[in-house]
Amino acid sequence: MSGSPTRTGRSLLLLAPLFAFLVAFFVWPLFSMVSQSVSDTAVLRLLPHSADVLAAWDRLSPPSPAMQAALMEDLRAVDDAQALGDMVRRLNSAQSGFRTLMSKTTTALADTDDPPADLVSIDKRWQKPEFWLAIANALSPLTDRNLLAAVDLGRDAQGAIEHLPPDESVNRVILVRTFWISALVTLACICIGYPYAMIAASLGGWKRDLMLAAVLLPLWTSLLVRTAAWFILLQEQGLINDLLQWLRLTDGPVPLIFNRTGVIIAMTHVLLPFMVLPIYSTLITIPGNLMPAAASLGAHPFRAFLRVLLPLSLRGVASGSLLVFISAIGYYITPALIGGPGDQMISSIIAFYAIGSANWGMAGALGVVLLVATLLLYSVYARLSAEEPGRS
Amino acid sequence: MVLRLSKLVFALLAILFLVVPLIAILPLAFTSSVILTYPMPSWSMRWFTELFTADAWRRAIINSLIIGSGATILATVLGTAAALGLRNRLLRFRGFFRTMFLLPMVVPAVVLGVGMQVLLARVGLINSYAGVIVAHTVVAVPFVVVSVSGALAGIDRRVELAAQSLGAPPVTVFRRVTLPLALPGVLSGAVLAFATSLDEVVLTLFVAGPNQRTLARQMFSSIRENISPAIAAAAFLFITVTLLAGFAVILFRSVLARRR
Repeated sequence: MSGSPTRTGRSLLLLAPLFAFLVAFFVWPLFSMVSQSVSDTAVLRLLPHSADVLAAWDRLSPPSPAMQAALMEDLRAVDDAQALGDMVRRLNSAQSGFRTLMSKTTTALADTDDPPADLVSIDKRWQKPEFWLAIANALSPLTDRNLLAAVDLGRDAQGAIEHLPPDESVNRVILVRTFWISALVTLACICIGYPYAMIAASLGGWKRDLMLAAVLLPLWTSLLVRTAAWFILLQEQGLINDLLQWLRLTDGPVPLIFNRTGVIIAMTHVLLPFMVLPIYSTLITIPGNLMPAAASLGAHPFRAFLRVLLPLSLRGVASGSLLVFISAIGYYITPALIGGPGDQMISSIIAFYAIGSANWGMAGALGVVLLVATLLLYSVYARLSAEEPGRS
Repeated sequence: MVLRLSKLVFALLAILFLVVPLIAILPLAFTSSVILTYPMPSWSMRWFTELFTADAWRRAIINSLIIGSGATILATVLGTAAALGLRNRLLRFRGFFRTMFLLPMVVPAVVLGVGMQVLLARVGLINSYAGVIVAHTVVAVPFVVVSVSGALAGIDRRVELAAQSLGAPPVTVFRRVTLPLALPGVLSGAVLAFATSLDEVVLTLFVAGPNQRTLARQMFSSIRENISPAIAAAAFLFITVTLLAGFAVILFRSVLARRR
């Protein structure tokens, strides 16, 4: 009876509400973020007639009277100063001089007593094809400008992809920094987490329970509380600096907060459980007599570890590392509170574009980069844990 | 010998590294000083008084309770239903549905936050309680699905078949057999959903207006702007609530385990 149509129907009926909810409030938001990053309607929205006429233009000859008439008609119809500002900013970034040209033109068009015959009579620059080319190029509703800018690329006047000048190339620095910090945190987690899991797996009874409880307790505690705790510990008059000075290791306070050291310490603490638990779960499945067997065959303990235990537990290390790395690249709270301006990761930049400067295009484009990186790594992780023997 | 000693030292240091930060923050909640450092001049409850009387903090606690309850109810209902649906092993695209239900745990909060802000602004839910509840539900629902699925997997199907063979219609089987057996899983899922909502900062930052400031959001901005021992008091509150929630989950799970 389990394969009956009614059972399938009932299952689908039960799945449907959550599925619909997630399509509406999870898939759709991600989709709107992606579409936001490639949409570019600042110009098209205000110049619908010009778009029709410019489609027939050969992009070389001087502007025809029809083009000028269409643009004049569009500009007269604009009544939204904000939208006009957006459009002028967009055009000025493609062709300098547009800002002054536009303000001169709109002023002249607003003069109803003495309406200008055509645009060229307002300003000679309207004769030049460059300005019209800038408009024609900006009319497409889709753009790869933001996505290219997210990795510090742009297009030159001919439309070929080129590197942006160094003073505009900030995003790649931040991407590299994000991956670098995440890699360091992952490495620190392996260095602490692997021996920790090994010791825990070799123990029994209350000692093992204690070691596991010490990992689970932080996992249970709010991320914000853990970050606040590190904030208090790492500050100049914090406990760690007090301890270091009491031990006479340093004379003055060591700067531990608002720098890279603090970020890495706090993130390692936050993410360590995600490393320990997968390694531990592979280690306890390894039969306990393998290491003594290697020793009885004459292997040095270190050699036995390298040749027997490490290869068998590598899957756990790989899962743990991916889990830590995936979480680390998306981190926002910890670098924002513990880090300095030079430690901000990609999430902070996205938040800055979205909340600080309302630049949805750039926020969306950087979000796409982060999303793609996360999903790629996650698919590797999912494949790794699906193949895990002993788990169905 | 040296190896054993170094193992012991390493284990102790690692345990200290994991646990000390959480313990070190607790006494500061009771400081009488206005700065957040040791040594504390004397003990006082002033920061708890501040937490429950100062307008911004009190409002934030109330908001967290409103939003947390809303998100918990929504996530528990949707997640439990979906987990029941996922039980059917013969369902086509079962793996696809499961992955989709768990994906909100994976996608970085900031990415979801940008998308959510754009979308909620478009549908007019930005800066509203409904918008924040919906956003928190999205990230809380995977915990419910995982928890309830685990509880359902432990149910002996023969019990349900026995009820069915005795003539119980599907609704009765569900109400009298399946649901009571899965209840510990549903309850621990609900607790995890509430804890997730309580701790959520990033989405709140993107979709909530000044009227929906939650406790976590208020803590985040006061660490950034005017750090005071009120943060330690709020952290104390957080740790107490999560410890209680943790005990509740362990209790529910042990009820589950005892049944098996």
